Amino acid sequence: MSMIEIGNLDVWFGDGHDRVDAVRQASFSVAEGESFGLVGESGSGKSTILRAITGLAPTWSGQITIEGETLTGKARTRKFYKNVQMVFQDPYASLHPRHSVDQVLGETLHLHGFKDIDARVVKLLDDVGLGGRFRFRYPHQLSGGQRQRVAIARALAGEPDILLLDEPTSALDVSVQAEILNLLTDLRDERKLTYVMVSHDLAVVGHMCDRLAVMKDGEIVEVMSVDALRKMEASHPYSQALLKASIAA
Amino acid sequence: MNMLEVENLWVKFPTRQGIFDAVRGVSFTLGKERLGIVGESGSGKSMTGRAILQLIRPPGIVEADYIKLEGQNLLDFSEPQMREVRGQRISMVMQDPKFSLNPVMTVGEQIMEAYLLHNNTSKAQARAKSIAMLEAVSIRDPERVMRAYPHEVSGGMGQRIMIAMMLIPDPQILIADEPTSALDVSVQRQVLDIMDALVKERGMGLIFISHDLNLVSEFCDRVLIMYAGRVVEVCDADKLHEASHPYTRGLLNSLPRLDQPRKHLEVLQRDPKWSEAPSVGGHS
Repeated sequence: MSMIEIGNLDVWFGDGHDRVDAVRQASFSVAEGESFGLVGESGSGKSTILRAITGLAPTWSGQITIEGETLTGKARTRKFYKNVQMVFQDPYASLHPRHSVDQVLGETLHLHGFKDIDARVVKLLDDVGLGGRFRFRYPHQLSGGQRQRVAIARALAGEPDILLLDEPTSALDVSVQAEILNLLTDLRDERKLTYVMVSHDLAVVGHMCDRLAVMKDGEIVEVMSVDALRKMEASHPYSQALLKASIAA
Repeated sequence: MNMLEVENLWVKFPTRQGIFDAVRGVSFTLGKERLGIVGESGSGKSMTGRAILQLIRPPGIVEADYIKLEGQNLLDFSEPQMREVRGQRISMVMQDPKFSLNPVMTVGEQIMEAYLLHNNTSKAQARAKSIAMLEAVSIRDPERVMRAYPHEVSGGMGQRIMIAMMLIPDPQILIADEPTSALDVSVQRQVLDIMDALVKERGMGLIFISHDLNLVSEFCDRVLIMYAGRVVEVCDADKLHEASHPYTRGLLNSLPRLDQPRKHLEVLQRDPKWSEAPSVGGHS
C-alpha cells in the first residue's frame, strides 16, 4: 500500500487576474518506508505540494490520499496530524522565541494527548541527540543545528509515520548539515518513517532519497530513481540542466 | 602588483564575558585576482570583508598593522575620506538583495543615486549609464526594471541589480559577501558568470566570501580557509580538493556527493588545536 497518493493536484493562489497556478497536475505516489525527493528552483511549487498536503494551502483540487484516507479542503483530523508531521526550512523562524524547549515539546505532547509528558520530553531530546541539559533552554541559546534538532523532536512527538521535510538543512553549514542528515537517516531506520523531502540541492536529495520528482514552473517534469540520477540518466532537458549545474558546482 | 595588503587584522567585540575576538591576526594580499574566503558561520569571514571597508560599528574594534589600498593605509583615513573609498574604489555586494535594496525607491532611482553621488553629471546621463549597466548584468528589459520596485523583481534579478549598482562607480576592488547564497543553482551560475566577466574585463580584484567550498574552488584563483577567526590554510583554488588541513578535509568530506553514495556522511570532529595555531599568511 502506498502511504501517499497524489493525483492531478492543482494548487492556486488568488482569483481572476491575480490567480497564480503554483502547482499544475502533479501526480506521484510514495510507498511505505520510502524516501521521496522533490527538487526544483524556488517558485517551482515543490514546497506548495507539502503545504497542500498539510492543509496550509487551502485552494487545491485533485486527489490527495494519505494512508488510504482521501483528504478534502483544508480541514485535517487529529489522526492526520499524529501521522503526518512537517519540519520547516528555517529553524530560526519555526520555534517560538519565548518558549523553552521544554514548553515547545511539552505543549506538542499535550496536544497529541499523551499523559507521560515528562518522560517523553526526555526521550525525545535523547532521540535527536540533544540530551537533558538542553531541556530548559530558549531558542536564542541554541545554534542553528540544535534548533533544527528541536524542530525534528517536535515533529516526532506524535510518533508519526510520515515526515514532510521542507529544505531541512539549507539554512545550515555543511558540517552541521551532515549531522542533521545522518540523524534523519538513523531516525528513518529506527522508526520506519516515510519521508517526503523538498530541496533545491540535488546532492542532498541524492543522498537521502530513493526516488525523486523534478519540478519546473509548477509541473512535475520527471519522476526518476536516484540510481538513474547517479548514472546521469535524466531524460527531460530541464533535469539534465539542473543535474549539470549541480555536478559542476 | 598588490592592490590590497592586509597585515595582522583583528576584529574585537567587548562583551560582558570579556573581549570576543571575531578575527584574529589575518594577513593577506590581493592582486588582480579572484580571492575566495571560505569558512562556516562564525568563522570571521564576513567580518574580515567588513573590516577592510571599516564597516564595523562601535563598540566593535578593528586593529591591524596596516590595511593598504595601493600603498595608502586605510586605517589613517578619516570618515569622510573613507566615504570616498567606499563604492568608488572598493565596493561590496551583500548577501541578500531583499535587505540591501531600499524597498520604497524604484530600482532606477537607486542605481542613479549611486552614480550621481560619485559623479557630477546630469540626470539624463546617469539614467543612460544605469540602463547600460543593467544591460551589462544581463537584465533583458532594463527600461521596465528601472521603473520597478525591489519587491517586483526576483531574487536573482535583485542580486544582479546590486552588482550593477556596485560596479557603476568603477571600483578597483569588489568584495562579494555570499553574493549567490540566496539564489537557486541555475541562477547562481548566471550571476557568477556575469561577475566573472566584469572582473576580467575591468581588471578588478575580487574578494569572494562564501561558505560553499565547491563554488569557491571552481570560481576563484586562490582560497583562504578560515576557522574561528584565523586563516588555517591557503591554497590554489583548483587544488582545494587536495587540501591538507584536517578542517578543510572535514568540510569537504561532510558534503553529500552524487557520485559517491554512502549511508552516513562524515561528521567534522573539531580539534581545539585548530583555533590555537597561528594564522597562515595569505600573501601571493
